[in-house]
Amino acid sequence: MRNLIVLTVLGSLAAAPTSPDAHRFERKLPAVRMEEHALSRLTFGARPGDLQAIHKLGVKKWVDLQLDPQRIPENPALEAKLKPLETLWMTPADAVLRYPRRPAAKADGGGETDIAPSTLLTPEQLRTLRRGAPDDKRRLIASLPPDTLGRLIEALPRGGRQQLLTLVSESDRRKILLLNAPRSIPNHDLAQGKILRAVYSERQLAEVLADFWFNHFNVNLDKGADRYLVAAYERDAIRPGVLGRFRDLLGAAARNPAMLFYLDNWQSVAPSQARGNRRRGLNENYARELLELHTLGVDGGYTQKDIVEVARCFTGWTIRTPRLGGGFEFNERIHDKGEKVVLGVTIPAGGGMEDGERVLDILARHPATARFISRKLAIRFVADDPPQKLVDRMAKTFTSTGGNLRAVMRTMLQSKEFWSEGAWRAKLKTPFEMAVSAVRASGAQVDYAFPLANQIAQLGQPLYRKMEPTGYSAASVDWLNSASLVGRMNLAAALAHNRIPGVSAADIDLYASASRETRASVDRAAEGNRPDRATLNGLVLGSPEFQRR
Amino acid sequence: MFSRRLLLKSSALAMFAEGAAPGWLARAAGLSDGQPSRRRKVLVAIFQRGAVDGLNMVVPYGEADYYALRPGIAIPRPAGDGESAIDLDGFFGLHPSLAPLKPIFADRRLAIVHAAGSPDPTRSHFDAQDYMESGTPGRKSTADGWLNRALPDSKASPVQAVNIGANLARSLRGPHNAIAMSSLADFQVRDVRSASSFEAMYGADPLMAAPARETFEALRVIEAVRRSPYAPANQAVYPSSRFGQSMEQIARLIKADCGLEVAFTELGGWDTHVNEVGAKPSAGQLANLLADFGQALAAFHSDMGDRMSDVAVVTMSEFGRTARENGNRGTDHGHGNAMFVMGGQVRGGKVYGEWPGLTPAKLYEGRDLAVTTDFRDVLGELTVRHLGASSPDRVFPDHRQRFCNLIA
Repeated sequence: MRNLIVLTVLGSLAAAPTSPDAHRFERKLPAVRMEEHALSRLTFGARPGDLQAIHKLGVKKWVDLQLDPQRIPENPALEAKLKPLETLWMTPADAVLRYPRRPAAKADGGGETDIAPSTLLTPEQLRTLRRGAPDDKRRLIASLPPDTLGRLIEALPRGGRQQLLTLVSESDRRKILLLNAPRSIPNHDLAQGKILRAVYSERQLAEVLADFWFNHFNVNLDKGADRYLVAAYERDAIRPGVLGRFRDLLGAAARNPAMLFYLDNWQSVAPSQARGNRRRGLNENYARELLELHTLGVDGGYTQKDIVEVARCFTGWTIRTPRLGGGFEFNERIHDKGEKVVLGVTIPAGGGMEDGERVLDILARHPATARFISRKLAIRFVADDPPQKLVDRMAKTFTSTGGNLRAVMRTMLQSKEFWSEGAWRAKLKTPFEMAVSAVRASGAQVDYAFPLANQIAQLGQPLYRKMEPTGYSAASVDWLNSASLVGRMNLAAALAHNRIPGVSAADIDLYASASRETRASVDRAAEGNRPDRATLNGLVLGSPEFQRR
Repeated sequence: MFSRRLLLKSSALAMFAEGAAPGWLARAAGLSDGQPSRRRKVLVAIFQRGAVDGLNMVVPYGEADYYALRPGIAIPRPAGDGESAIDLDGFFGLHPSLAPLKPIFADRRLAIVHAAGSPDPTRSHFDAQDYMESGTPGRKSTADGWLNRALPDSKASPVQAVNIGANLARSLRGPHNAIAMSSLADFQVRDVRSASSFEAMYGADPLMAAPARETFEALRVIEAVRRSPYAPANQAVYPSSRFGQSMEQIARLIKADCGLEVAFTELGGWDTHVNEVGAKPSAGQLANLLADFGQALAAFHSDMGDRMSDVAVVTMSEFGRTARENGNRGTDHGHGNAMFVMGGQVRGGKVYGEWPGLTPAKLYEGRDLAVTTDFRDVLGELTVRHLGASSPDRVFPDHRQRFCNLIA
């Protein structure tokens, strides 16, 4: 019997992603797989019970609901977890003030008060704190009155504080970080927020799309002032627009200080105004990436001359005091007021900020943009090499609806290609998707997401820290390197054995609820041995099947 | 073919014993079609992140303007007292903390290219590192790194390209398989009981079987390297710093003959805006960093011994620093810089590159050392003349290669 299963599994996998079978996008997925497919593509992975829920509601209704996230009540647990992550809700200017680049106090040495830790804890408690097992430390911390813990945090040296991070509540963590490294808080909040939303949000498709569009309009928080600008960028420019009009999303990204800083447009000055200041002049970075990565695509039919003309249109789109978290500003004095010709369209001389807006209009309406965006969505949601016919239909919807992204998504989600054998498990999860889906599958609770973010970074996907404007690749092959595969296996085992601080796995039997394919694969690999439950769970989470979606 | 044999041999090794020499293993595995194995050329690339002050690292002590521009932080002319430049050629001298490199220079195995750098004017660490690592200054959308493109297409060994560091550096990203590890100890499936189960599962997966096979081969090779005890040769002592340890790990991999062709590692902290130089030239931030840097390179050189004939080491940093000191005993972001090239086939003992001078009119944008040698010329020459690529065009597209004739 087991051999039979193995044979069918091999048969079905052999027909899967890499085979050149041209008809695989024509063959409809069996009804039993549609629910699983919807969960694996449109969410960050199924939680225990999700399959039953989608079955009960019906796939079609479930998809409609996900396309209209405002109708889905948000998970109150998520809201409670996000609330303390203050920089997600602040203006950049406030964040700069509250979490300055350098600690205000003499934090390097620690010991902000004259109180010695020995006056707060018994010698035995101090020993536990210094050398105890993690569980003993946790018990000790939990036993302290809140006000003692607060004073202890202040009294401890820097390193002593840092090791408490995984043991205390979010509010005490902030106290520690504020003393030790306030500038790390924006990054800390962003990475935690992203993981918590992906794990806990009920509006899963909207979260998947927020990830997609942030990545499309990538910025990097390690670039100077962007540390304090990225949270507001994601919140104000990206998240509201993921199911709206492409033109709105494009415009919001273009005007946002995080993007203006990241791609240097804030420093771009009309050549005629740059005289006498040799360090300033026209900067083409934003113009180039706007055409190549945000809209037309590298084969979108533009020239180097177009890049220069677009850059001239955007001169004057700048930032008030970027290092202080200042906002967008149009500076008339450095704007190039001459005539420009962009992709054959003349933008007359004498214009101001509207020159840039005109460029965005031209680009958002361009057929190459409709194709480029449609194809990129299809690569994320259907397959690495999506059928051209599907891309064409999505592009047609894009054009006919004036770039309505919800309509484009609907065209894709109603297509036979999306629900085909060709799409089934055809994608490899990114490290972020793998880690989050493993947490969701295990029914794990996340109290502190930063250690998990570090694990994801180790797998090659540091969150909000992709240096290049390309964002992270959606192509499976880019995630198939040795370091990453070893890392995935290790992360799977660490999660299953509850060794990631801040994440606590439920007592759950993933083997029993795994797919037939995964069970067969684990059985075959275990060669008759019966590993313990945690090890089995680790094998399921680290299995090749689990790396796919 | 090589890797399949290696798999068999290394499985055999695993069954044999802890002490078996991985050198034997790889050499035996390298006997393809009855031909004797050829020792591979290895290129080691080192990135000094943060922009090292090239003018205090390789001091133009023969230039009066250097002392005029840096009244407080210049390294004095050679005086043999450990607090002054170590003379190289009557014009340039090494920072006193780089004393361990002097014998290698005298031995003509260390060359320096001064006033090297990128044609791109950026003074952003972020952009300049990106451009130097992608190998395409001014072009941000290049997906892969120069060192990955420099790898030969033939997939020779599962550990052909190794990055000692937590993440795969931009330089090594790309279509060729490259491994990143903080250390040899870090690269293993930690749950030992699950390792063989994972291998069996991945082996049966059509999409992942091939990369997984490479991965498990690499794991076995690294395990074999890890298991064989290692002591540096010739009394070489690596610094206990992260960089020193990284260089030792690279030396281990090279000597294990496991097929390594390119290695990358990095060290940071060079962004010396404040208190670059301490109370005396041999003290302060830059001196400490250079001491670590020089000791690690010298330890590597003596540890490698004869094997240096197959090895070239090249160092780079995203840009240089201002010719003039600032108001905080430091320097700000500049332009031209110095690169080291060390190896058995290197025509060393010479400071290469056209020296543009430091008179105000010669400074780039009135403030920095100008660039007279494109960093791609140095790296391109190593790609062609050391690694044996037929042309540097694939590695540095849209660049016209000029050879410095650094390699014999």
